[in-house]
Amino acid sequence: MNIPIYLDNNATTPMDPRVLEAMLPYFNEKFGNAASRNHPFGWVAEEGVDYAREQVAKLIGATEKEIIFTSGATESDNLAIKGVFEMYKEKGNHIITAVTEHKAVLDACKHVEKLGGRVTYLPVKEDGLVDLEVLEAAMTPETILVSIMYGNNEIGVIQPIKEIAAIAHKYGALFMTDATQAVGKIPVNVIADGIDLLALSAHKMYGPKGVGALYVRRKGPRVKVTAQMDGGGHERGMRSGTLNVPGIVGLGKACEIAGLEMESEAIRLSALRDKLEKALTVLEESYVNGNVEHRLPHVANISFKYVEGEGLMMAMKDLAVSSGSACTSASLEPSYVLKSLGLSDDLAHSSIRFGLGRFTTEEEVDYAVEVTKTAVTNLRNMSPLWEMFKEGIDLDSIEWAEH
Amino acid sequence: MAYSDKVIDHYTNPRNVGTLDKSSHKVGTGLVGAPECGDVMRLQIQVDDNNIITDAKFKTFGCGSAIASSSLATEWLKGKSVDDAMKIDNMDIVEELALPPVKIHCSVLAEDAIKAAINDFRVKNGMEPIALEKSHH
Repeated sequence: MNIPIYLDNNATTPMDPRVLEAMLPYFNEKFGNAASRNHPFGWVAEEGVDYAREQVAKLIGATEKEIIFTSGATESDNLAIKGVFEMYKEKGNHIITAVTEHKAVLDACKHVEKLGGRVTYLPVKEDGLVDLEVLEAAMTPETILVSIMYGNNEIGVIQPIKEIAAIAHKYGALFMTDATQAVGKIPVNVIADGIDLLALSAHKMYGPKGVGALYVRRKGPRVKVTAQMDGGGHERGMRSGTLNVPGIVGLGKACEIAGLEMESEAIRLSALRDKLEKALTVLEESYVNGNVEHRLPHVANISFKYVEGEGLMMAMKDLAVSSGSACTSASLEPSYVLKSLGLSDDLAHSSIRFGLGRFTTEEEVDYAVEVTKTAVTNLRNMSPLWEMFKEGIDLDSIEWAEH
Repeated sequence: MAYSDKVIDHYTNPRNVGTLDKSSHKVGTGLVGAPECGDVMRLQIQVDDNNIITDAKFKTFGCGSAIASSSLATEWLKGKSVDDAMKIDNMDIVEELALPPVKIHCSVLAEDAIKAAINDFRVKNGMEPIALEKSHH
C-alpha cells in the first residue's frame, strides 16, 4: 500500500497503463497531422483518430460522426451552451440549468445572459435531484436548451436524465448533459436517454488530461452548434484546431476499457464505497450528503458535524480527499452544491468527499476508515462545538459573531 | 496550499488543549467566530492575584491555521500579565506562523479570542470591559 492514498478520483484519475501504451506511438513515430490528407503521416494519424472516434461513440451509443473532439469537458460545455444559444437564437433565448451544475456550465450560462439570453437556474431537492415538476413549470416556448448534468461531481447523485430529456423534448427544446463524471462509470446511452448533446472528458476515466469530446446528435433532430473557435474547420466545422492525436487516441482507449470493465467495476466500487460509508457513519453526528439510491458507484460525501473540513483533511494527510469547506477555496465560501441541498454552512464546512477509483483497493479503504475515524475523534476532542453539543447546549441559541 | 512547519507543528502537537472552569472568577473565557464561517475559537485564561496569567487553554473548530493560531496564543499567554496579553497583535501571530494572506483571518480570530477572554475576566471581577477597536475583518 502506497501512502498517501489517492481517494480524489472525482478530481482526476490516474492514467491506465494500457491507455498510455496506446498513446505512446502517436507522440513520435505516428506524429502526423490528422488533417494532412496527402501523405501517409497524415493518414496514419487520421486512422488513429477515426478509431478513437468509434471507441468513444460506442461507449455512449452514438455514431462516430456525432463525436466532436475538444480539449476537455469545460470546452465541450462551453461549445454546447454558447453554440446552441447562437445557432438557435431565432427560435428562442431561454436556457434551463440547475444550481448544482459544474462551473463550466454555470459560467457559460452567465456568459449567455450577458449576450441577452435568459437562464433559469433550477433549485434541487434535499437529495440533490432536480424536481421534474419544477422543471416542467419552467419550460416556455422560448426554451431552446435544457442542460442538466448526468452525475454530480461533489455528491455523485445521478439525475433522472431520461425523464428530464422527455420534458425538454415535449416543449421543443434540446437536451444537453454534462456527463463528465458518469461516462465510463455507469451505462450512458444517448439514444435510450434522449440526449442531444453530451460533454465528456478523458481524465475522469483513466485517460489523459486536456482531451474530451462533445456528442452532437445528427438524427432526430439534427443538432448544430455554432463554432466557438475559428480556424481550419476541423471537426465538421464545429471545433477548429489541429487534433490532439495522442490525447484522442488515449480517450478512445480509455472509453474502450471502460466499456469492457465498467459493469464489474461498478459492483466492486459500490461495495467498497458502502463499506467505507457504513464504517464512517458509525461515528456520531456524521451524515451522508445527497441521494444514496441514485448515485455514482464510487463517490461518498460525508459531513462530520463539529469538525471543520480543512482541519480534518490536514489530520488525514495520508489520504488525498477533498472537502466542501470554504477554507479549501480562495473564496472562503463553502460548497455551493452542498448549500443548495439545504445543508447549513457548518455542515458544508464539515464535509469530506471520498472518490474511489479503478486502482483503489480494499486495504486502502480499510486504512482510510481508520485514519478518518481517528482524525474526526481527535479534532472533536479539540472542538468547542463538540464540547457544547455534548453538554447539551443548543448551538443555535448562541449569538455568534459573524465575521 | 502548503502549510509552514510551525503551523504543522502546532496542529500536530497542539499546546494547551482543554477546558478551564468557566464559572471560576479567576477564569476568563472568550468564544469567538461562528460555525457557519468555518471557525470557532474558545480561549480561556486563568489569572492569579498578581494579574499574571498562570494557565491558558483552548478548543478550536477550524482549519489547521486556526488551530495553530490558538495553540500559539495559549503558549504566549502563559506567564504574561493581563496588560501585556492585551498587547498581543494578530500580525505577531501571522509572522510567527508564516500565515499566507488567505489565513490572516485565523490570526485575527485568535487576537479577538484573547481580548474576549480578558474582558470576560475583567467583567467577572468588577472591572469595566476594555473597549475594543473593531477588528480588521
